[in-house]
Amino acid sequence: MNSSKLFNSSIGKKIVMALTGIFLVVFLVVHCYVNANVFFSDAEENFNRAAHFMGTNLLIRVTEIGLFAGFILHIVQGYKLELQNRSTRKSKYAVTAGNKTSKWYSRSMALLGTLILLFLIIHLAHFWVPSRFGGLTEIEYDGKSYHNLYLEMKNIFAEPWVVIVYVLGCFSLGWHLLHGVQSAAQTMGWTSSNYLPLIKNIGFAFSFIIPLIFALMPIFMHFDWVLNTGALTLLF
Amino acid sequence: MQHYSMNLTLKVWRQKNKNTAGSFETYPVQGISSEMSFLEMIDVLNERLIKEGGDPIAFDHDCREGICGMCSMVIDGRPHGPWKGTTTCQLHMRAFKDGDVITIEPFRANSFPVVKDLMVDRSAFDRVIQAGGYVSVNTGNAVDGNAIPIQKDKADHSFAAAACIGCGACVAACKNASAMLFVSAKISHLALLPQGGPERKQRVVSMITQMDKEGFGSCTNTYACEAECPKEISVLNIARLNREYLGANLSGN
Repeated sequence: MNSSKLFNSSIGKKIVMALTGIFLVVFLVVHCYVNANVFFSDAEENFNRAAHFMGTNLLIRVTEIGLFAGFILHIVQGYKLELQNRSTRKSKYAVTAGNKTSKWYSRSMALLGTLILLFLIIHLAHFWVPSRFGGLTEIEYDGKSYHNLYLEMKNIFAEPWVVIVYVLGCFSLGWHLLHGVQSAAQTMGWTSSNYLPLIKNIGFAFSFIIPLIFALMPIFMHFDWVLNTGALTLLF
Repeated sequence: MQHYSMNLTLKVWRQKNKNTAGSFETYPVQGISSEMSFLEMIDVLNERLIKEGGDPIAFDHDCREGICGMCSMVIDGRPHGPWKGTTTCQLHMRAFKDGDVITIEPFRANSFPVVKDLMVDRSAFDRVIQAGGYVSVNTGNAVDGNAIPIQKDKADHSFAAAACIGCGACVAACKNASAMLFVSAKISHLALLPQGGPERKQRVVSMITQMDKEGFGSCTNTYACEAECPKEISVLNIARLNREYLGANLSGN
């Protein structure tokens, strides 16, 4: 295999976008699952314990490095492809077909990605930086000290504008995924006449459900809503 | 459908050659029949321009029956005009109504330089085919059609891909000026048949290398190509092309 030739080709570059995209999608599922603790009873303790596990488990920490690499690769390659693709037509059309022949979000992946990137910077500054580099209050469960990340979330989501920014971030994510999931499958060559409807349905469901759950988190925290589920927790 | 005649305003891209800048010229045309093809409508305008001593509008055309792939203009932002699965020559003026303003541009892509007015140089496609879009054996006399058994669905998919007339509408429609639909059709129609088997891996690698060299963009799966293709080539061929290319690279071609 000539890997440099493969990854420098137009298809190879798309494959990098697809594989990193699929990796980031898996991350979203894990992130969504862990954070869903905030919806339920005993949210503070369950969430802080889960966050502690994610922040201290060696395997998770190593994967975190891979996650940052995945993000950077997806972002850098995405912008490079966008610039390259924009340079292929120097003389522009006076009239374009617009939404008659393609979906606006499929043509706007770089814009949606940029909005998600801006959101990501705010989001990391809000939660990841204090978790890793200090600045959180401590809380004790069973005699052991934990970061009170939950309290930090409560404080941050008390601001209405933050909730609005997060919900808008989820909208960008939803549109990005709506094209991204099925596009990744197409790039990997998994689509065929047998599987296309299934892949499109999975892509649609995923891009609706995951951003919706994420968007509900700041809203629940802002309004102090709790789903009273008694003993059910999402701790692992 | 009732025949009617119409007066139209055409905004046509005029460009002397590939080294000069072009611009739009406006031409009113009168008494156009709804039964005319789009190209016949331009013929009417060109006859008038010639009579008036002007320079007729250059455009590509050959068979005028939708199979040669020569006609190549963008009409109101749509390669081959507003009708689905139709070439410009098969687009009829009943698609328009009296008083319409129609904008006519050439296919625009760096890989398709304008030769004159609405004519573009699509020899980039020829070079992609020359890189491997063929079967390099002497086939001798035509053999019996059923001598080589081919699975029915494979034959059907291959035939559907072979319907590609190489007109370049996919490139014209794509926001990235990507040629992936064209290349995928050419790859698919040979990859699905036993005759294409021996050179399958080498073919896909060579054709993609040439496609990239010609400066076409990358596919971002917006599927505008499929929507505009006059032969309605499916984007599932692009998925097959991706599989073929990845497979050829991973297996050490």
